[in-house]
Amino acid sequence: MDMATLTSIVAAVIVASTPLLFAALGELVTERAGVLNLGVEGMMVMGAVVGFSVTYESDSHLLGVLASAAAGAMMALIFGVLTQLLLANQVATGLALTMFGLGASALWGQSYTGLSGKLMGNVDIPLLSEIPVIGPLLFRHDPMVYLCFVLLVAVWWFLTRTRKGMILRAVGENHGAAHALGYRVVMVRLAAIMFGGACAGLGGAYLSIVQTPLWADGMTAGRGWIALAIVVFAAWRPWRAMAGAYLFGGVTVLQLHAQAMGIEIESQYMSMLPYLVTIVVLVAISHDPTRARMSAPGSLGKTFFSTS
Amino acid sequence: MIKLVPRTRSSRSLVVLTPVVAIALTVLASAILFAMLGKDPGPAVLATFYRPLTDHYALTEILVKATPLILIACGLSLGFRANVWNIGAEGQFTMGALCGGAVALAFYDVQGYWLLPLMCLAGVAGGMAWAAVPAFLKTRFQTNEILTSLMLTYVAILLLSVLVHGPLKDPEGLNFPESRLFHDSAILPLLFDETRVHIGFLIALVVVVVTHIVLWRHIFGYQIKVQGEADRVARFAGFVQNRIVWRCLLISGGLAGLAGVFEAAGPVGQLVPALPTGYGFTAIIVAFLGRLHPVGILFGGFVMALTYIGGETAQMEMQMPKAVTSVFQGLLLFFLLGIDFLVRYRVVLTTRRRSAEG
Amino acid sequence: MAEAPLLSLRGVTKAYPGVVANQDVDLTIQAGEIHALLGENGAGKSTLVKMIYGVVEPDTGQMAFNGKPYFPKSPNDARATGIGMVFQHFSLFEAMTVAENIALGLPGVVVGRELSDEIISVSENYGLSIQPDARIGTLSMGERQKVEIVRCLLQQPKLLIMDEPTSVLTPQEADKLFLTLRKLAAEGCAILYISHKLEEIRALCDAATVLRQGKVVEQCIPADETAATMAQMMIGDTPVNRVARVTRPGEVRLVVDELSLPRIETFGVDLTNISLTLRSGEVLGIAGIAGNGQSELMQALIGERRSPRPTTIRLMGNPVGYDGPEKRRRKRMAFIPEERLGHGTVPVMSLLENTFVTARDQRKLEKAGFMNFAAAARFADEVIEAFRVRAGRAENSEAGSLSGGNLQKFIVGREILQDPKVLIASQPTWGVDAGAAAEIHNALLTLADAGTAILVLSQDLDELRTISDRIAVIAGGRLSAARPAAKISVEEIGLMMGGELELEAAE
Repeated sequence: MDMATLTSIVAAVIVASTPLLFAALGELVTERAGVLNLGVEGMMVMGAVVGFSVTYESDSHLLGVLASAAAGAMMALIFGVLTQLLLANQVATGLALTMFGLGASALWGQSYTGLSGKLMGNVDIPLLSEIPVIGPLLFRHDPMVYLCFVLLVAVWWFLTRTRKGMILRAVGENHGAAHALGYRVVMVRLAAIMFGGACAGLGGAYLSIVQTPLWADGMTAGRGWIALAIVVFAAWRPWRAMAGAYLFGGVTVLQLHAQAMGIEIESQYMSMLPYLVTIVVLVAISHDPTRARMSAPGSLGKTFFSTS
Repeated sequence: MIKLVPRTRSSRSLVVLTPVVAIALTVLASAILFAMLGKDPGPAVLATFYRPLTDHYALTEILVKATPLILIACGLSLGFRANVWNIGAEGQFTMGALCGGAVALAFYDVQGYWLLPLMCLAGVAGGMAWAAVPAFLKTRFQTNEILTSLMLTYVAILLLSVLVHGPLKDPEGLNFPESRLFHDSAILPLLFDETRVHIGFLIALVVVVVTHIVLWRHIFGYQIKVQGEADRVARFAGFVQNRIVWRCLLISGGLAGLAGVFEAAGPVGQLVPALPTGYGFTAIIVAFLGRLHPVGILFGGFVMALTYIGGETAQMEMQMPKAVTSVFQGLLLFFLLGIDFLVRYRVVLTTRRRSAEG
Repeated sequence: MAEAPLLSLRGVTKAYPGVVANQDVDLTIQAGEIHALLGENGAGKSTLVKMIYGVVEPDTGQMAFNGKPYFPKSPNDARATGIGMVFQHFSLFEAMTVAENIALGLPGVVVGRELSDEIISVSENYGLSIQPDARIGTLSMGERQKVEIVRCLLQQPKLLIMDEPTSVLTPQEADKLFLTLRKLAAEGCAILYISHKLEEIRALCDAATVLRQGKVVEQCIPADETAATMAQMMIGDTPVNRVARVTRPGEVRLVVDELSLPRIETFGVDLTNISLTLRSGEVLGIAGIAGNGQSELMQALIGERRSPRPTTIRLMGNPVGYDGPEKRRRKRMAFIPEERLGHGTVPVMSLLENTFVTARDQRKLEKAGFMNFAAAARFADEVIEAFRVRAGRAENSEAGSLSGGNLQKFIVGREILQDPKVLIASQPTWGVDAGAAAEIHNALLTLADAGTAILVLSQDLDELRTISDRIAVIAGGRLSAARPAAKISVEEIGLMMGGELELEAAE
């Protein structure tokens, strides 16, 4: 395989994995705070449509990206208010959010279907992109890829090295104890939920602004659900989330290139692969009970109700 | 300041009232939505929510749409009560349609009364088999059934697509990805002429009654409720959790599969890739709207069916996209979840008395 | 005393729906004083202390600290004022380290070398050695309590509140704790010591305030009192003495044979070679501090967890080790679990519905899978009447709405009226008022007289010494030999619970 093919494959994998990683990082923080938000798909698709439409109208990628993050955060806020203030069931609310997001995005995107947007160009990082072999492979990508990596480092740093991150982890581990210590569980969780929404929005925007600059109904195609699986796969640790995102992104690319590589299978069977792989991975993590429990945040999915 | 205090007993009147209020709020929100989209809200709301109730054909369409919703939601409600979250009903529905439809196509040139029952059996079996996978993974490996059942939904839809593009494609058709039209023996008998209402609706009513009996008179229903309310008590009582999980998933899978074969052998009349239209997901809302109670589900099914018909009306008469239905449904669930807390908690205004300024 | 008190409460009242937790309470604590807050379960001690610590606010009344009005809105305010608290049920984060847990309790502190050094120096100063990098989940109860204490000490409190601290300690660990507390008091820190253990209070405390049913009934100096006089203040009546029972144990009903089970919970206890023999007509008590294997043993006895071999547990010769709870009940075993709500009954279900939990077979409540509500109603009414359960009608009263004592009587009655051959009860009178507790003890003894073999697991030594014929001790997942109740001393039991005395293997 020559250099050009390798570069294009690596680029394809990165492009496939980046939206997954955005969404997964956001959901990871949300779940570390003890909240299970199944609405990732809905937040992602809203981010996609808002990102595309704002970019199209304003001719600015930056505005589009910011708008997508805001859209995701607003969607997440609905979830936050319902589950944290009105004590609604997290599973049902998350599903409602996804349903609503898919519908609202289609409504919003009605007039944008079929339009083609402005491509976000790649940015070569000076010096680093000149390194032979690695340079072109890793340092000539669109800005959102770099943003994603910065986000990864920031999330890791926040969770493990800062006091606020420690408090968030404590809230997710044992919300009763955190409350007894005087920490504002609801506030922390709302912040985490909105951060998760903003990241999901960014992931969606990547699809409609970078990957294919256009909008199509339901273009997230289940990536939000895969992001949820990635969080579990990563045992709620940021660096492993990257590994997970790249694994799933890789499988998607494999499926696209299978025919070129001479594999004679119907495209639908290849399309099934990421979902089947997700199931296998889920089984692998969950079958060891001690490992599963030590990793998962202790309060995940439980409604917090203060009795004082 | 405002405090939420848990009620010692759920307020009975509010349990019935909250879905009604949620519906009212949804209608209101829809009016606002119409206005924002530049349509006149008054007529739009009437056309969407009221007119279908007065039009004879629209009413029958509501029955047609409500049938699969009620069937699936009754099955789901058992699992939800036991904390078994089958989110993959859409996939089980698809597999049911696929298996039942395959039987119909296999005998495309044979007539006989036995064909429909056989198709239904195949559909139920298909749905059950698809639900058996998350059941097995949950009981054997403690794998979360939400994600596994969901992933399988996508697999099922892709499977339907690839089969309809290939082995099940109508050989005498114009190479479109669709199967033969089902022949007479493979079509469900209609209840009313000139409508699409088929006997599946009667079956749905029977399922409602049976679900009610199971939940309140049978020990299995009791096991489900105890498992959901206090799983430690279920273990103490000797109820085997794995058995409950299997039964709930198989029942909901079977009912979803039945709904699937009904849809294929009824309104659609063939197998096409677009057969799964989201009933499996909407049924989840119906289950919550009906508070996981069979009679509530019956009404909830009708309400949701109304939003479908209303959405179609909005589509045709006001040039709204198809997705507007999802918006109505999402809003309905939001409002329901939002005011549901009033059923479980009391809102109390407390005044703090102090003996000195703080 | 001309000095202003450190903490003073005047007329403090707090009510919740249905119960007045504290009524018009006055309390005064001096600096450097070890002050006991004494009372039974439910007397109002925890609520009072929550108000002092800012977790809840009083409905009426005044509090003052160092002469100035004191109105904490949150634990942060309390800590800022100089009050620290070690809860009975620790607020620790199992998956996080000691240093992180401590940092969480201190405002603005970050985990790092500086914090670790401080932790080590403070802990050694007071004889509480702990490792900053250890994960809480790996520590014993005593070590976790040390973490809690160090966390408080790092804020230099003027008042340290200890809520039932020795409930999770062995007698030896308790002595070490007392040394630490005395050192603190000598340095001027006041201690508010909540307990219902009379000997401890006499040994440790300078002054005591006694609460009964939310009101202050007495203030005394423990050194001037005896355990008996303080018990009288607490309960209000003379404590019930041991009932003299003439027991002639009959045939062997239950045998546990070298039961060993590895733990499932990460912080559970391995059971090792537990053996016991239970005869018809006798009451065998198993003493032990919570967390020493009682839950695991109960799970194995009930059948919620399978034994290694079917013969590990034998019911009148019949191997039941592999049987689930339903099968064991069919063979005439009955069980009263530790938690009434959420284990023994479903809180949101009525008493009538709750009869189906255990009595389905014995009382024929089920026919071909269909529930027989008439039979269940008859049974529920029988229980309510025979055991004087104060509730509404059986089909309308939710289990969660009953008081602790009444619900416990219902559960006990539900099991006893099934006429079991073997009854196993865990903490049968925990959190139950004295009157109901006495009724329950009488019911158990009557059942034993009728021939049932009874096994009681309890943390309450007084209870066990009142009703048991023989007593064994469970510690660290092992069971001592059972000795006649009359012949075993409290010291011996205490030492065995701490693992000091060689535990003899049971026969």
